[in-house]
Amino acid sequence: MSEEKDILILAIESSCDETAAAVVKNGREVLSNVISSQIALHTLYGGVVPEIASRKHIEKINQVIEEALKEAEVTLEDIDAIGVTYGPGLVGALLVGVAEAKAIAYAAKKPLVGVHHIEGHIAANFIEHKDLEPPFFSLVVSGGHTHLVRVKDYGKFDIIGRTRDDAAGEAFDKVARAIGLGYPGGPKIDKVSKEGNPEAIAFPRAHVEDSPYDFSFSGVKSAVLNYINGCQMKGIEYNQADIAASFQKAVTDVLVANAMHAVGEYHVDKFAIAGGVASNSALRAAMKKACEEKGVQFYYPSPIYCTDNAAMIGVAAYYEYINGTRHGWDLNAVPNLKLGER
Amino acid sequence: MRILALDSSGLVAGVAVLESENEKKDAQTIAEYTVNYKKTHSQTLLPMLDEIVKMTELDLDTIDAIAIASGPGSFTGLRIGSATAKGLGLALKKPLVEVPTLEGLAYNLCGTEGLICPIMDARRGQVYTGIYACADNELKVMEEQMAVPIEELAEKLKKYNQKVTFLGDGVPAFREQLKNELLADMKIQFAPAHLNRQRAAAVGALGMNYYREGRTVTAMEHRPDYLRVSQAERERAEREKKEKSGQ
Repeated sequence: MSEEKDILILAIESSCDETAAAVVKNGREVLSNVISSQIALHTLYGGVVPEIASRKHIEKINQVIEEALKEAEVTLEDIDAIGVTYGPGLVGALLVGVAEAKAIAYAAKKPLVGVHHIEGHIAANFIEHKDLEPPFFSLVVSGGHTHLVRVKDYGKFDIIGRTRDDAAGEAFDKVARAIGLGYPGGPKIDKVSKEGNPEAIAFPRAHVEDSPYDFSFSGVKSAVLNYINGCQMKGIEYNQADIAASFQKAVTDVLVANAMHAVGEYHVDKFAIAGGVASNSALRAAMKKACEEKGVQFYYPSPIYCTDNAAMIGVAAYYEYINGTRHGWDLNAVPNLKLGER
Repeated sequence: MRILALDSSGLVAGVAVLESENEKKDAQTIAEYTVNYKKTHSQTLLPMLDEIVKMTELDLDTIDAIAIASGPGSFTGLRIGSATAKGLGLALKKPLVEVPTLEGLAYNLCGTEGLICPIMDARRGQVYTGIYACADNELKVMEEQMAVPIEELAEKLKKYNQKVTFLGDGVPAFREQLKNELLADMKIQFAPAHLNRQRAAAVGALGMNYYREGRTVTAMEHRPDYLRVSQAERERAEREKKEKSGQ
């Protein structure tokens, strides 16, 4: 291997509210990972405003790309391929990254590799775990996704379970807003929960009847809202930390239960979590414990690779690139792109 | 000098390459590709450029600048064009020339007697428009581009008391109203089919003038000029205004 030339990917990610670019070497080594976050901007509106996100992307994208190249100490000529997230996500936001990546690839005469955002999240695990290789199982949890995925090979997936309604991260955001924590909900609930009692309130653990792997989080969200309403009607002051901790416990219980059910059924020996909610400390701890009990090797990325970033897109793009994936100059943004779809 | 021009501000997507061998004289269009079809600009713009590059054996490194219709227009359309121009500028290390959309559109009719008035449908009861005159290849901006109700535009035009030629995708919606009501006493006409929508060659020709005047930006600096804040920002400003006046 050492005789062979290194393969460098310049990756671009703009599917939601982070403008990001990275340079990744041989699919495992991150040479740079630049993220321009818009969180402060969207906090004013209590969530991501698509038009504002898109406008911010176009303002920041060249700066972020130039920084990524500079930090990696490479020039565009050194790059072997351009990777870009083309779905799923906010269409206007995705389009900025896709148009930019296509133009750069075209002008620099480099191959273009479109990447599925969730494939990127899963691939984030490869960065810090050099030993991790497919097959393994993954739970992808973020503001837009809750997927239980069987990773058969690089770029080859079966979705075993998915949410029927809200994504886990979406439920975190909505509950955070309801109990006055604000946006973004995930990190705030995580923090406040440390002061609360996870057994204080018995929120429901929803199991989807016909599928042991699917999720539903609208019920627990409604239960929290009802509980708050009930307290307000009775004039009782509710305990914010107890609600946060009990809600968080209800969500993580279901995530872990479904994941462990799959571990048993599919004889899984490696399990990796991914996505923004994968940096939730309670979920990490619960998954770690459950995996240990079952003798399953447990993997999770550092928080910087859990949040939306381009390094993970570069990793996924590398494996797509060596498998021969190439996209044409007519590549479009696909807001509802399915995992494993081309 | 060689200019690559892009326009995806409206329903039309256009790419053009223009050249001039010496100062000011003998500028010509080498290639132009215009598509007014329902496909998204994301799917058409770069394949159109690729077609031009192949057909004219163009080495992109030989262009001096990238002219871009910089707004107003469809927010998403503008960003597809801008991101494409920014990506090309980054990779080729070339400057961008921002050509305001209405100025580029007006330049289609350079040489026309009287005033040139492009109108684009801006929704919410408004048009994107501007008032221009153009002779000897120089565009004269009488009224900077703006978003106003059609009635307000008509009032502005009346003050000039000159013949007006309209063009743009806003014409179909307002043609009768302009002719029979708003400007019934004035001499007005409408541009023909080959000139009445955005043309990348016009963006390139005007961009060439601006390039000579030193009006360039870096690819990093460029961003579209929407002429409008987003809906969320507008509503927030209205809310805050209400809250203030209420207290």
